[in-house]
Amino acid sequence: MAITFKVNGQPKTVDVPPEMPLLWVLRDVLDYKGTKFGCGIGQCGACTVHVNGTAVRSCQRRAGTVNGAEVTTIEGLSTDGTHPLQRAWEEIDVPQCGYCQAGQIMSAAALLVAKPNPTDADIDGAMNGNICRCATYLRIREAIHRAASMPAAVGTRQRESHS
Amino acid sequence: MDTNTRVDRRSFLRVTALAGGGIMLGSYLKFGETAEAFAATTGSGAAEFAPNAYIRLMPDGIVTIVAKNPEIGQGVKTMLPMLIAEELDVDWKNVRIEQAMLDTTKYVPGQSAGGSTATPSNWMPMRQVGAAARMMLVTAAAQTWNVPESELETASGAVIHKGSNRKIAYGELIDKASTVPVPELATVKLKDPKDFKIIGTRVTGVDVKDIVRGKPMFGIDVTLPGMLYASYVKCPVFAGKVVSANIDEIKSLPGIKHVFTVEGGTQGGLMGLMPGVAIVGDNWWLIQQARTKLKVVWDEGATASQSSVGFATKAAELAKGPPARNVRKDGDVDAALKSAAKVVEGSYFYPFIAHAPLEPQNTTALFKDGKFEIWAPSQTPAGGRGLVASTLGVQQTDITIHMTRVGGGFGRRLSNDYMVEAAAVAKGVPGVPVKLLWTREDDITHDPYRCAGYHNFTGGVDAQGKIVAWRNHVVAFDGASSGFPGAGEFPAKFVANYSLEASGMPLGVPTGPLRAPGSNGFAFAIQSFIDELAHAAGKDPVQMRLDLLANEQPSPPPAPAAAGAPAGGGRGGPPPGFDAARMRAVVEAVAQRSGWGKAQLPKGTGMGVAFHFSHRGYFAEVVQATVSKAGDVKVDKVWVAGDIGPQVINPSNAESQVQGAVLDGIAEALGQEITIDKGAVVQKNFNTFPLLRMRQSAPVDVHFVLSTSPVTGLGEPALPPVVPALCNAIFMATGKRVRSLPLSKQDLKWA
Repeated sequence: MAITFKVNGQPKTVDVPPEMPLLWVLRDVLDYKGTKFGCGIGQCGACTVHVNGTAVRSCQRRAGTVNGAEVTTIEGLSTDGTHPLQRAWEEIDVPQCGYCQAGQIMSAAALLVAKPNPTDADIDGAMNGNICRCATYLRIREAIHRAASMPAAVGTRQRESHS
Repeated sequence: MDTNTRVDRRSFLRVTALAGGGIMLGSYLKFGETAEAFAATTGSGAAEFAPNAYIRLMPDGIVTIVAKNPEIGQGVKTMLPMLIAEELDVDWKNVRIEQAMLDTTKYVPGQSAGGSTATPSNWMPMRQVGAAARMMLVTAAAQTWNVPESELETASGAVIHKGSNRKIAYGELIDKASTVPVPELATVKLKDPKDFKIIGTRVTGVDVKDIVRGKPMFGIDVTLPGMLYASYVKCPVFAGKVVSANIDEIKSLPGIKHVFTVEGGTQGGLMGLMPGVAIVGDNWWLIQQARTKLKVVWDEGATASQSSVGFATKAAELAKGPPARNVRKDGDVDAALKSAAKVVEGSYFYPFIAHAPLEPQNTTALFKDGKFEIWAPSQTPAGGRGLVASTLGVQQTDITIHMTRVGGGFGRRLSNDYMVEAAAVAKGVPGVPVKLLWTREDDITHDPYRCAGYHNFTGGVDAQGKIVAWRNHVVAFDGASSGFPGAGEFPAKFVANYSLEASGMPLGVPTGPLRAPGSNGFAFAIQSFIDELAHAAGKDPVQMRLDLLANEQPSPPPAPAAAGAPAGGGRGGPPPGFDAARMRAVVEAVAQRSGWGKAQLPKGTGMGVAFHFSHRGYFAEVVQATVSKAGDVKVDKVWVAGDIGPQVINPSNAESQVQGAVLDGIAEALGQEITIDKGAVVQKNFNTFPLLRMRQSAPVDVHFVLSTSPVTGLGEPALPPVVPALCNAIFMATGKRVRSLPLSKQDLKWA
């Protein structure tokens, strides 16, 4: 079935089975490789993207349900890679293997929209669904606090829910 | 405007190439280029100076440094180039990094990631590589100015002659330097460590910028024109064979192009090519849909009779009887136990564990004109090439391997089973690139598991609280990886009457090294039992350890292990050079930093200590943990003191590695267990094999004790002590001794 939606502001039309998960549409049909596959059952958060501004596990989201939606992936979090979270991740040297980090950043970005100055407990709650197998959690927490203290970056894409 | 993008993969790749810009990306995006052609683009040219396989200096002063080893998250892609850049004496901001392909003729020491070896084995060679190039540039400047080399120095990518107040950038010396003979690496002069400008500074990982932007760089991200996807279905029981399958039915399903059975290989044991069914199609998700309809009749073989329950029963039986072999015997344990003031017995168990790196196993392979081109996330790409060659009957020289960034290693990708599977599938569809991608379920049910083990201790202390007798009868699995401690395992040589005994069981389940192999289980058992003896003796656990470390025996070297000792079973234990003074120093440091013995802790909260020597690193750790009355464990804080030599190369990464290793150990202790039922793994995904989550991540205080010993590596040695330190903390908190893991299966309730 033809499904039309926006990815990072760009209109896309794909012809896929409606039950195909958004993850695989993004990765294998549209070639947005930043969104990662980790478990396929919504346990690890590596596939986190925003659908209409809300963080979702794209491995659990059927393509048929995003018709007309605005999807944001890590590639579109900012136009030039300078979202406060991206800068904070660099400053604090968060990643080890790096595989989970796109999902971590997308979850954190949704958190910062809801709670611009999150507490540790807020962070633990919002990020508990994102596994980092290298266990860079201490730096992730620090980087979210760092990002929260930064002015918003020039290149940050305005979030759909707040435009 | 982009509409129906399904048709336009090639143009997308071009855009990605421009946006990504990296050579590694370029190499796989420039599909069809040979390894030789690729190498030529990175070799010496007219307008550059490329003194060796690692360095390319351009007229504008930009230096490209080749990172030769697999990057699995241990930071080696940043660390090895730091060593070269330091001795080349250039500014890090002018360095660009290029990931090497596998080339065993060009890159020595070899291109592997394991055993925390990259630092000790490359510390000198990589510095010499940089220093040699610097020397050539100095020679070129001396010729240019007609001054003696001894009057020249370098800084920030320039040669300086102070006498005449002249300075020339490296980029301007390219032509002349290219004519200077390459010096013998062993003769080059290295910097005095006090002059280091890059080594010892916090350097951000070289790929971090791309990681936070979601750039493709992992094996799973490889995309080639005309590429198909594949799954490879193996028997749930290890090494089971295909009898028959509904291949024609699967072939008819949407998106499926080829379905065929593959015979198993004879190389690589249980981590070689297992028999299976390949499903190849143009959409990986559709392949998974088809897979649910696949019906295979398996010949499960003898392993179908094995189970975790059966192992436990058999292990208990073996523990009661005489050991199959004696690994080490010092003094007279029986006599010492008879005269001991107190005797303690304790039987310990640690389970099988899967590695579960977050990037599922994958490899992209093309078989064309009798040759393979392979893109793989591997810790041992050369091992993978060998396995592909021997299994599929191809010369190693006909196999090209591209090393992608690896989404987690932990020892899992020292095995190249997924690489040989992808090659076998690609061989079945010649001329077409195929990306094999495992599901998480494939991964957890087909891993080289951390070997389970049963340690049965008897120990004795004298009236002064000194450990006078130690017996450990280890029951594990014959032929397994790191199943049995070696003859030097602590506290060998530190207790006068010491006996290490071993009995084995047969195992049809694959085992392999997991981060700090052997040590990650041995340390739990040994350091917990030392705590039991401390408690029996009424001694402080830190003091007990310091006393034990001060009790090195002047005994002759141990007798060789008895005939019939397992081949490859032992890990060897501490080498003859184990330095008790270094271990005492880290124990004292961690006691001091943690405020050991000073804090008044409420009931339910405790502190535990442990140390362990592995991979040349000395680590002591203290854990503070709280156990709720309901028995739930929460780690409050961890303190780490480690000695890895005189120099921490990249403090940012070092701190991160230690924190990661410690939290990894906590994850293993809290809830990780693989069980076997009828020869197959019971757990399938992260809902039953839990990884650590943010809420469980306690602060980890990291302190390095600098020593004068050689610089060494850090991926592994921080892990082993945290498991017993946590269990010892639980004992202090609750009075309950943890003798079996994981903690989630123990009754830790208290009132």
